[in-house]
Amino acid sequence: MSVDTATVKRVANLARIAVTEDDVSRMTGQLNTILGFVEQLNEVNVEGVEPMTSVTPMAMKKRQDVVNDGDKVADIVANAPTSEENFFVVPKVVE
Amino acid sequence: MTLVDTRTPEPKRFVSGATGDWEIVIGMEVHAQITSNSKLFSGASTTFGAGPNENVSLVDAAMPGMLPVINEWCVRQAVRTGLGLKAQINLKSVFDRKNYFYPDLPQGYQISQFKQPIVGEGTMIISVGPDKKGEFEDIEIGVERLHLEQDAGKSLHDQNPTMSYVDLNRSGVALMEIVSKPDMRSSDEAKAYLTKLRTIVRYLGTCDGNMDEGSMRADVNVSVRKPGGEFGTRCEIKNVNSIRFVGQAIEYEARRQIAVLEDGGSIDQETRLFDPVKGETRSMRSKEEAHDYRYFPDPDLLPLEFTQAYVDELKADLPELPDDKKARLVSALGLSVYDASILVTEKAIADYYEAVAKGRDGKLSANWVINDLLGALNKAGKGIEESPVSPDQLGGIIDLIKEGVISGKIAKDLFEIIWNEGGDPRDVVESRGMKQVTDTGAIEKAVDEIIAANPDKVEQAKAKPSLAGWFVGQVMKSTGGKANPQVLSDLVKAKLGITE
Repeated sequence: MSVDTATVKRVANLARIAVTEDDVSRMTGQLNTILGFVEQLNEVNVEGVEPMTSVTPMAMKKRQDVVNDGDKVADIVANAPTSEENFFVVPKVVE
Repeated sequence: MTLVDTRTPEPKRFVSGATGDWEIVIGMEVHAQITSNSKLFSGASTTFGAGPNENVSLVDAAMPGMLPVINEWCVRQAVRTGLGLKAQINLKSVFDRKNYFYPDLPQGYQISQFKQPIVGEGTMIISVGPDKKGEFEDIEIGVERLHLEQDAGKSLHDQNPTMSYVDLNRSGVALMEIVSKPDMRSSDEAKAYLTKLRTIVRYLGTCDGNMDEGSMRADVNVSVRKPGGEFGTRCEIKNVNSIRFVGQAIEYEARRQIAVLEDGGSIDQETRLFDPVKGETRSMRSKEEAHDYRYFPDPDLLPLEFTQAYVDELKADLPELPDDKKARLVSALGLSVYDASILVTEKAIADYYEAVAKGRDGKLSANWVINDLLGALNKAGKGIEESPVSPDQLGGIIDLIKEGVISGKIAKDLFEIIWNEGGDPRDVVESRGMKQVTDTGAIEKAVDEIIAANPDKVEQAKAKPSLAGWFVGQVMKSTGGKANPQVLSDLVKAKLGITE
């Protein structure tokens, strides 16, 4: 599998990352190198092997259903370029 | 998912177009907010109506380095809902990232479940009706899956001409997305499905079903086809927030698609919005490209695993669900399917009814709860929880009828007094002298008076026995409705010489 420049532009657009034409050709090369490595991994027969989700066997940690966070609106909006009445304010997005 | 048509086309469900009959095919994705104190992956509160961004933790705001930790209560709620839908519970499920860009989604992805959801296939029986003959039709609707996911924040677009305001309070709140199979064939069935789903989650206490506050929203997939033909291209109507709107949106959308197809056009698979003011659906321009969600397993979360013993324990603990309750009310208490269906729509109504019916006549209790109590509540715009008349008080009224202390007619007055003023029904009857007169002598005296005052009517009644009813009415009036109706009717007939 490999990607062409159109695919790279599309992925960048989906992630809302601005890329220049130069970036695109450079990234296409880089991504294809990564995909080449993945291709190589794909040669290994993993038939019937469960995907490994952690190096040491462990169960997912769970929380109790208690409220012990939040109520820190000043922290939440502290880094926002613009905020008003504790809302984040962003350029208009309307459907 | 492979689409399987489980239904047999039936003409009664067809819609007619200019070129003949059409069949509507509907599937639904319902987002139900899990009833929990804190969010799916953080300890922030889920309370509705807090100030902007107050119920937000650094996890919900997707600050760098924050890690999600799952709320075990939400897992439990999802499993219980799955059990309520008689569905396959998956002991191992996986969380994936669903990637899309939107300002109210700070992570840039929603944590959801894609290939391995927590709950697999299940079924739900919906009841459509009553039809003109008063009959209900039970239809089985397949459930494809139920998975856990995070809600997004909320954007406000009307605060400022050039800017949007973002509130992340909902960000990270636990949702169950419940996906049906494309098994519905009319707007009535779709409404019945949503109603039933709402009833089930409310019985289970897994979602409050409050559609006004957005606790339940439906994405409705609609397509049309010639009866029994191949499935047509569908349109998805997003975020419909009331059961009535679901019906309206489907009716409009089906008509629109039929018109396009009959005009020689074709349906574009697209996302549409329902406008409740205009009663129409319209295309959502953007988003189309963003449909590439690039799902992949969330590396921050291990697979979600639990034991069959855990599931069995939850199963043993489930409350009686509406279908079972309905069956029991019909078989054990002799109620009609119609009455039982009404009583089980809300757990609170069923509980109220069962408190009234305990040790009393089931049918009489059902009549009072359905006709009088629910009627009055409906008129007053109150829910059953706010009923001014308690089950004990209503039971007291029914006892007085059964004992023959008051007539059914007086009982209606008594109900109104208890509704408005409260009190113990027996005391009220006593203090207001509402007791039924069963003393034949007293009733006889009243009958005699009416007969003496209306000799002409007496003559007429001899020729026309149905006039006896007029005399009964007059005596009822003169006794303030307290005469025992049976005793009175017998007496009137005897005095007028009417024999049946």
